[in-house]
Amino acid sequence: MAQIADYLTAVFLVIGGFFGVVGSFGLIKLGDSMSRLHAPTKATTLGVGGVLITSLLHSYAIEGYLSVHELMITLFLFLTAPITALFIAKAHIHRHREDYDLPETGDDTCWAVLEKEEVVAEPLSDSLEDMKPTE
Amino acid sequence: MIETALTFAFGCFGLAMLMNLWKIITAEGVGDRVLALDTMVINSIAILVLMGISEGTEIFFEATMIIAMLGFVSTVAYARFMLRGNIIE
Repeated sequence: MAQIADYLTAVFLVIGGFFGVVGSFGLIKLGDSMSRLHAPTKATTLGVGGVLITSLLHSYAIEGYLSVHELMITLFLFLTAPITALFIAKAHIHRHREDYDLPETGDDTCWAVLEKEEVVAEPLSDSLEDMKPTE
Repeated sequence: MIETALTFAFGCFGLAMLMNLWKIITAEGVGDRVLALDTMVINSIAILVLMGISEGTEIFFEATMIIAMLGFVSTVAYARFMLRGNIIE
């Protein structure tokens, strides 16, 4: 039994470390800013989940007591990672709405956080100098 | 067995934090920088839990919870600052 717990702990540790590296490598490898959002919020969360499962197994099977702090941390991380991703994506979309480097939505609607008239459909004519915000 | 896997996991998360640091230095925009900082916070949570496993103590869990909450709140504050220009209106 202790041998099985030993092997399971080691396997979950290796899985967690691998996904942690995959998340950060995707952060520096992926080309687009919107696709760069995927790697840390999914793979790194999975890696931390693997480490927390390891801690739960280790405290129960080897140290001999059941610890529930890991469940709290897991719940908190798995609740807050999508919210963080949503906030960063929304900030990115709103900061780049005049540029044309937002990816296509694959539909004839625009991104959901943008109003329809907020998207500048085509570059405005020669009066762009007059539209500078006046202080 | 566990010691080898622990060393591997420590190396993996240390490498991940180094890659995050590289991304913070060389990012083009402020959004990528905030994302890399958030990933760094999550990796530091993983390293604290690994230290708790290797030391066999429970004393790191409170620090882990505090770092998780502070990381979430600071990322939300950064995103709001990117969006609005101030945090508390």
